[in-house]
Amino acid sequence: MYDVETVRRDFPILSREVNGKPLVYLDNGASAQKPKVVLDTIRRAYAEEYSNVHRGLHTLSTISTENYEAVRGKIAAFLGASDPDTIVMNTGTTEGINMVSYGWAAPRMEAGDEIVLSVMEHHANIVPWHFLRERQGVVLKWVAPAADGSLDPQTVIDAIGPRTKLVAITHMSNVLGTVVDVAAITRAAHERGVAVLVDGSQAAVHMPVDVEAIGCDFYAITGHKLYGPSGSGAIYVRPERLAEMRPFMGGGDMIREVHRDTVTYNDAPMKFEAGTPGIVAQIGLGAALDYMTGLGMEDIAAHESDLRDYARGRFGGLNWLSVQGDAPGKAAIFSFMLDGAAHAHDISTVLDKKGVAVRAGHHCAGPLMDHLGVTATCRASFGLYNTRAEVDVLVDALELCHDLFA
Amino acid sequence: MASPAFEDIAETFEFLDDWEDRYRHVIEMGRALPPMDDALKVPATKVDGCASQVWIMPSVDGGRFDFQGDSDAMIVKGLIAVLHALYAGAAVEEIPRIDARAELARLGLHDHLSAQRSNGLRAMVERIRASAG
Repeated sequence: MYDVETVRRDFPILSREVNGKPLVYLDNGASAQKPKVVLDTIRRAYAEEYSNVHRGLHTLSTISTENYEAVRGKIAAFLGASDPDTIVMNTGTTEGINMVSYGWAAPRMEAGDEIVLSVMEHHANIVPWHFLRERQGVVLKWVAPAADGSLDPQTVIDAIGPRTKLVAITHMSNVLGTVVDVAAITRAAHERGVAVLVDGSQAAVHMPVDVEAIGCDFYAITGHKLYGPSGSGAIYVRPERLAEMRPFMGGGDMIREVHRDTVTYNDAPMKFEAGTPGIVAQIGLGAALDYMTGLGMEDIAAHESDLRDYARGRFGGLNWLSVQGDAPGKAAIFSFMLDGAAHAHDISTVLDKKGVAVRAGHHCAGPLMDHLGVTATCRASFGLYNTRAEVDVLVDALELCHDLFA
Repeated sequence: MASPAFEDIAETFEFLDDWEDRYRHVIEMGRALPPMDDALKVPATKVDGCASQVWIMPSVDGGRFDFQGDSDAMIVKGLIAVLHALYAGAAVEEIPRIDARAELARLGLHDHLSAQRSNGLRAMVERIRASAG
C-alpha cells in the first residue's frame, strides 16, 4: 500500500515553509527533491568512503570504485538493460544527447540527411541536432502533436524518408505530459534501418521503463529529476551503436595507452567517460534509484495517476483556466494559462506567495510554444510525494490569481 | 523623501496590511499606467534577459527625466508604475542619487529588484540610471 504521508517524511525539505506557508512543491518536472537516504549516501561517500575511481589500488579507491560501478548495474536494472556495459554514466540527458550527436550522428550524416523529431522536444533534444543542421547541412523534420496533445506514432513513422538517419523523440512531454509510443516508432524505424534516440528525462521518473522492450538505440535519463543529485545521469546505448560511436570527450579514464604519436581507447562504456566522473553524484543517484524501486515504479505511477485524475477534475471546474493538452494516459504534468491578461509570471509570483512552486516560462520547449501559439505557460508537475491536498492548495491559489487579475 | 507621487504610494501602503492587498494595489497602478505606444515597442526599448516582456523609453525635457514603460505581465507593469512614480519628474542629476531598492523596501517590494528575479525590474532601473548618466 502506497502511503504518501510516510513517503513525504523521507524528504526533509518538504517540512519547510515558503513565505510563511507550507511548501507545495509542484516543479518536479524541472528538478525533484531528494530523500534523506540520498543525502545520507552523499555524506557517507564523502565522509567515510571517498577517493577517485578506477585509479588507485588502495582500499578507499577500491571502495569508491565498487560503489560507483555498482550504480551502473542499478541504472541498467532500472531501465531494463540486461548488460550494465550498455550504460554510459554522465551528468544527465543534455550530455547524453550531445554525446550521441557528436560521437555517433555527426560522423555518419551528410548534407541532406534527415533527423525526425517532434515539436514537443526539450531544447536538450533539439539544439544538439541544430548543430548538425548548421555545421553539415542535416535537415530537421518536425512532427506535431494533435490538438489534444497526443502524438500518433504513425505521423512520426510517416515522416521517415529514405534520407532519414535518426528519430530523436521524447518518451514524455515535459510540458504536456503526453506519453509517446516510442516502442511502435522504434519498430517501424528499425524496419527502415533508422536509429531511434529516446529522451527519457521525464518518463523514467513517472513510469516503469524497459529499453529492451522499446528496442531503442539510445535512451537518455537525468539524475536530478529522478530524486538524485544534480550532475548525475546516464544514457543507455544499444551495443551495436556503442561499437559504432566514437568518443566525444578525451582525457583520463577513457584511454588504454597514450604515447606521443598514438592513442588507444578503453572499452565501452569507459571509452565514453573521460576524466574523473561525478563520483558522489552518481553514487547518490544509485541510492535514489534504490529508493524508487523500493517504493515500486508501478505503485509510483498509480499514485501519480490518481493525482492526475484528481487535478484534472479540479481544473475542470475552473472555466477561466486553459490547460494545454489532455492526451489519454498523460502524466501528472499540467501546463496552463488563465484566460484574460494574466501572464505566467504573474501567476507564479502569486502562487509563490502561497508557498506553491510551479514553473513559469517556455519550459525549454520553444518549438512547442510556437506550435501552441503562446510565449509562456505555468506548469504544475507532480511527483511521488505530492498529495490531493496539495492539488487543493494549488486550486485555491489559482482562484486568488483569477480574483486578482481578471 | 522621495517624489510626492511615490510618497503617496508609501502612505497608501501603510494602510495595506497583507501582501494580497498590496499586490492588488500594484496591479491597479499597472492598469492605470498610461499605455505605451506599440510603435515604441522595438528591440531598442526592450529590456533583455526578462522572462516577461519589458520595454522602457526614457526621455528628458527641460532637464526633467521621464519614461514610458510597459510589460505583458501585470505585476511587472504595476512595478513599472511604482518606478515611474519614483523617477518621473526628477531632475536628471537627481537620478543617480535615487536608491530604488531602498525605496521599494519601504513598500516591501524590494525582492522584485533582486539579482535572482528575472522580471526585468533590475535591468530597467539600470537602463534608467544609464539614460540619465
